Amino acid sequence: MAQIIKLKDKNTDFLEKITELSGEQITLCEQCGTCSAGCPFVSEMDINPSQIMRLVMLGQESVMDSKTMWLCASCFTCTVRCPRKLDLSKVSEALRQVKLRGAIDEIDIKEISDEEALKLPTIAVVGSFRKFTG
Amino acid sequence: MKIPYFPGCTLKTTAQNFEMSAIESAKKIGIEFIELPRWNCCGVVASLTSDDLMRHLAPVRNFLRVQEMNKQGLVENENRLLTLCSMCYNTLSLSNLRMKNDADDLQKINDFMHKEEENYDGNIEVVHFLSILEEMGFDKLAQKITKPLKDLKVASYYGCMLLRPKEVGIDDAEAPTILENFVKSLKAETVDWDAGSRCCGSYHTVNNVEIVYTLVKGIILDARKNGAEAIITSCPLCAFNLDVRQSEIKKDNPDFQTIPIFYFTQLMGIALGLNKEALGLEFNKIDAEDILKKKKLIK
Repeated sequence: MAQIIKLKDKNTDFLEKITELSGEQITLCEQCGTCSAGCPFVSEMDINPSQIMRLVMLGQESVMDSKTMWLCASCFTCTVRCPRKLDLSKVSEALRQVKLRGAIDEIDIKEISDEEALKLPTIAVVGSFRKFTG
Repeated sequence: MKIPYFPGCTLKTTAQNFEMSAIESAKKIGIEFIELPRWNCCGVVASLTSDDLMRHLAPVRNFLRVQEMNKQGLVENENRLLTLCSMCYNTLSLSNLRMKNDADDLQKINDFMHKEEENYDGNIEVVHFLSILEEMGFDKLAQKITKPLKDLKVASYYGCMLLRPKEVGIDDAEAPTILENFVKSLKAETVDWDAGSRCCGSYHTVNNVEIVYTLVKGIILDARKNGAEAIITSCPLCAFNLDVRQSEIKKDNPDFQTIPIFYFTQLMGIALGLNKEALGLEFNKIDAEDILKKKKLIK
């Protein structure tokens, strides 16, 4: 089924910001889809990784509302497979940081139950806070 | 051989079985881990944006401790920093790489650490215990085995952090063999499977456990399908997800067939003839002793 994507005006500042923060030349992406094909979290995503790349390239700030960047766990599967040697883990991190630096946390620490807090390893808790809080 | 050792937070808490089995196994083959004095948390996950230098401070500060250990004579001329935890390995390695590749960043970090007695000189090498074993030679390890793990089918679970990104991976990112070579040196049987380097869901276990359940189920089913009787890992977060979360899956699905999860050093300890008490098997959530008893490896 054909999908019609309505684009807003290109926000070049947004593309530049993500390019700078990630250190990745996002416009090099040739949309081959290898990243999306191998992503272990893709089935949970509303926009798949290669689409995110295209939308950022087109300066579409709406990607900030997507779940994708929060689902990316920096497993680097796409990173080692990208034929253009782009590091999408860095792009996801840049997108997360844009939000987190606005002092908007993605998780509420208080929602973790006492039972879970006692059970969870330090590594999980610190990792989660690093990725989901500013 | 004495080598500076960075334990990391989790090896002192939920992964004590990893630390104790590694230290005791290493002793058996002549390697003594010397714990870093005043080590601090590495930050768990590598910081991936270009401007976040501050988050590299914690990893780098640990490298100063290695320099100090050499000065104090705690180790002799040893610029390697040994890690057991895959995530510590990854995070420390990526920060180190940045310091080695960017003199300006190194200078900034050193300026920030001006209260330390010396600067980081960029010469520390972060190494994983598996790489030390490989360097020593798996054939040499095989010669030291007193209790071969005969007929035990072991699936090697690499996870993400040992292999990716390529710049810090201890082996080929797509077709690694180091854990299989390790398994063979213990005289156990390797398992050919697909899920060995598939993500377990990582820190999503904190606030999105359903994703972890899905991924863990997939990994365990693949191991089961290919005949695995045990899975080994070197990551305390993978171990938590595969072990503790697997036990929760079992609780909700009584028909689910579980597979015990071991730290690779626990099986190494068995093969080197250590007592089970030295390996912390009681910390493993899915019964780890059952299969070892069946194979007559422990009583």
